Amino acid sequence: MALLLRNAHVVDPQVGLNEVTDILIRDGRIVEVGHDLDMPKGVERDLAGKTVIPGLVDMHVHLREPGYEQKGDIASETRAAAKGGYTAVCSMPNTKPVVDDAVAVEYVKARAAAVGKCRVHVAGACSQGLKGETLSEMGDMIAHGAVAFTDDGRGVQGAGMMRRVMDYASQFGRAVMSHCQDEDLVGEGQVNEGVASTRLGLLGWPAEGEELQIARDIALCRLTGCPLHIQHISTARGLDLVRAAKAEGLPVTCEATPHHLFLTEDAIGDDYNTSLKVNPPLRTAADAAALVEGVVDGTVDAIVTDHAPHTDFEKDREFELAPFGMIGLETALGLMVTHLVKPGKITWERLVELMSVAPRAILRVDPVRIEPGCVADLTVIDPDVTWTVDVADFASKAKNSGFVGAELTGRATDVYVGGYATLEDGAIVE
Amino acid sequence: MNENSLVKSVCMDASEIERSITRIAHQILEANKGAQGIALVGIVTRGDLLAKKLACKIEEIEGVKVPLGKLDISFYRDDFMTHFAPEVHSTDIAFDIDGVTVVLVDDVLYTGRTIRAALDALMDIGRPAAVQLAVLVDRGHRELPIRADYVGKNVPSSADESVRLFLEEVDGVSAVEILAIEPGSRASSAPLGGE
Amino acid sequence: MGFNHKHLIDITEYSANDIMTILETAVRFREVNERRIKQVPTLKGFTVVNMFNEPSTRTRSSFEMAEKRLSANSLNFGGSSTSTVKGESLVDTVETLCSYKVDMIVVRDKHAGVPRKIADVSGVHVIDAGDGKHQHPTQALLDLYSIWQTKGDLDKLHVGVVGDIGHSRVCGSLIPALKIMGCEVTVVAPPTLLPARPDVLGADHWTSSLDEVLPELDVVYMLRIQRERLEGAPYPSLREYNMLYGLTEAREPLMKPDAIVCHPGPINRGVELDSYMADHPKRSVILDQVYAGILTRMAALYLLLGGSEDGIAA
Repeated sequence: MALLLRNAHVVDPQVGLNEVTDILIRDGRIVEVGHDLDMPKGVERDLAGKTVIPGLVDMHVHLREPGYEQKGDIASETRAAAKGGYTAVCSMPNTKPVVDDAVAVEYVKARAAAVGKCRVHVAGACSQGLKGETLSEMGDMIAHGAVAFTDDGRGVQGAGMMRRVMDYASQFGRAVMSHCQDEDLVGEGQVNEGVASTRLGLLGWPAEGEELQIARDIALCRLTGCPLHIQHISTARGLDLVRAAKAEGLPVTCEATPHHLFLTEDAIGDDYNTSLKVNPPLRTAADAAALVEGVVDGTVDAIVTDHAPHTDFEKDREFELAPFGMIGLETALGLMVTHLVKPGKITWERLVELMSVAPRAILRVDPVRIEPGCVADLTVIDPDVTWTVDVADFASKAKNSGFVGAELTGRATDVYVGGYATLEDGAIVE
Repeated sequence: MNENSLVKSVCMDASEIERSITRIAHQILEANKGAQGIALVGIVTRGDLLAKKLACKIEEIEGVKVPLGKLDISFYRDDFMTHFAPEVHSTDIAFDIDGVTVVLVDDVLYTGRTIRAALDALMDIGRPAAVQLAVLVDRGHRELPIRADYVGKNVPSSADESVRLFLEEVDGVSAVEILAIEPGSRASSAPLGGE
Repeated sequence: MGFNHKHLIDITEYSANDIMTILETAVRFREVNERRIKQVPTLKGFTVVNMFNEPSTRTRSSFEMAEKRLSANSLNFGGSSTSTVKGESLVDTVETLCSYKVDMIVVRDKHAGVPRKIADVSGVHVIDAGDGKHQHPTQALLDLYSIWQTKGDLDKLHVGVVGDIGHSRVCGSLIPALKIMGCEVTVVAPPTLLPARPDVLGADHWTSSLDEVLPELDVVYMLRIQRERLEGAPYPSLREYNMLYGLTEAREPLMKPDAIVCHPGPINRGVELDSYMADHPKRSVILDQVYAGILTRMAALYLLLGGSEDGIAA
């Protein structure tokens, strides 16, 4: 089947595209990019006024299946991904059972193939059961399609164990993605230590609890040569550590979430909104500004959401008892366009690098370029539409967004995965 | 005195008030066969001033200082939820009222609810031998079976009027005035402790 | 004189005038509490739930006493019988209570933010009787009352708060309240017992030397040391804590002649206070604080429920 996308503003820095042109797709692949293309037979769509970019990838998503289907499942959360403009996500292994062997990898892949609305890349656990004690079967997991390794949600506590993880993983040429949280220092920390913890009477989660492990893991990267990816970076000094490591030439990358970029600890008011309880916690305005700076200057490689669905009853309770995390798949693109692209802080090209190109590169999956021969994973964006974040609109099973009520500009209208529409005119294609 | 009110008439002037107080003082002494065993308790915030005047008058006539106290009824009101004013005045009864004939003093007797509250408050403080009631003005419209033992003047009034006592000590001039109140306004209630 | 509060949850929402209204009303209730019949019918027909989800004898009995002296119906709810122990959520528990058509919930909980949550869910009046490490506004009010009654004025007093500032809900309300009333506040604690940002609470100064600041203080507010958890404790021993931060007879000569000593209770004798200071006839106002608890809580109940038919006070 052929598909002709006409008159779209196509942006892909990988091939130097930033112009209004047509894209012809056949059998799931791009066959031609150019002006006034013809197609004898097939579907033609006029995308005048829209922007088309290589499909978005969120390399940090909690799909919750298997084990926590009350919060979300592969069907519901990949629908949320499609709604948010994503063509692929990378699933985190902290499910029940933990994705720490080939069987679990196969399960997630099979479910995604059966019910998913986007591609699902599977990240396996570094240690068995996320316990930080015994190496997981990384080799077998890679053989079954796992793309990277992480003990996300906890982090690997012992430096010796982390060294073993990175040493072992280095033979596969895959990234170890690190959730940096020193449990001994962070303890039961609930919100950023400082103004917020004092004001709210909650235990503090100090920035140093994150920075210590960033420094440790960079040192271990130097020692082992294993590619290191710092997850959901949230502090200015943590970012400086990554910046220095990159300058040194170490294979270090990092990601940031829209909530750490666009929300601060000051947003947590005396209503103790548990949707703003995230891990790592919302930091200071200075930290958020430094992260934005890092997004602009390239220190931050990728934008991820750390999409973490929870049930309403888990979140509608005492702040200290509510679980960490917020959902983000359906708001990330709008937030990035509204806060960074529209004000001119970053270009559309930079957005594509952050949300499409870098995530694929870090996950070591095939790149998607808008050029003949490439797989047709594309995101179509209405760059000017304004909309309000409304819980009733979420395709996710969960509603725990910290951005409910936000007025945003820019939203995905259509998503093509392998040439097939998963989202069309803002509606999920069943 | 109140932006919602219009003075309709002055029904007692300073000298009439003075004469009424003198008469009531004589009546109290007559009814109780002297000043022995009686005490005056005024209801704040006008009754206590009247009680003080009565006490002076009794001292003038009889040469006896009768115990004088003041009673705040805020905690005993039956309109706590609708006519709430956060100002609570002091109750100051520095003598034992057990076995004493207490003459309650208030400015204007109207529905009787203030007196009901004052009786309850008094009973929580002690067990007087008897309670009598002295008021400067009785304007009628009783809602409870309460009557005054000593009345300065009966002033027929309608429900859409307010009857107010002004005293030189606090208002600069002494008078009892009838004021018109606008429908729905609460000009006649709480602030002065009268009804 | 207006008083427009539905809840007493966050002391920083109260102005100096609001706080003075409460303290002055408490003086009126002292008159009631010194009569033979220590009860007034003011809150007859009102139902107040004391929802204590964490053990507390002193605060709970103080509230209960205040409610009874105002003739409110009080219902004690919580302790080991709490349905949350059986897995019921806070929201469900509160909705259940509201089905009883109550007028006010007085809540103590070990988690910060619970009183506001209850206010949002229930729609009834809420008094925070202590939430986690966050606030304890009625404790602050009774402290202010005691200090005010003893010193005659609150403005410009220099108050030293000594001890576990970082884990104290008392401080979460007391320090802001002292600042609202114009006091100067110095917190005295080892760095391990300080919050991350004492200035956020309103503290003007911080020191780890009690001896250095003691001569300056008009009021020495000693906090209770949580001796229950000594493992991983923020000080090496109670003995050393007493040596460095205990207010003892030996330190008394450093104090101003008219300086007073407060403590929220219960006291750990020999730790933060020795018996000489705790029982000092001129300086210790600790028992006055307990009495002030009844008076200020009566005042808070009276003022919050007053005019409640309209939702706000006239």
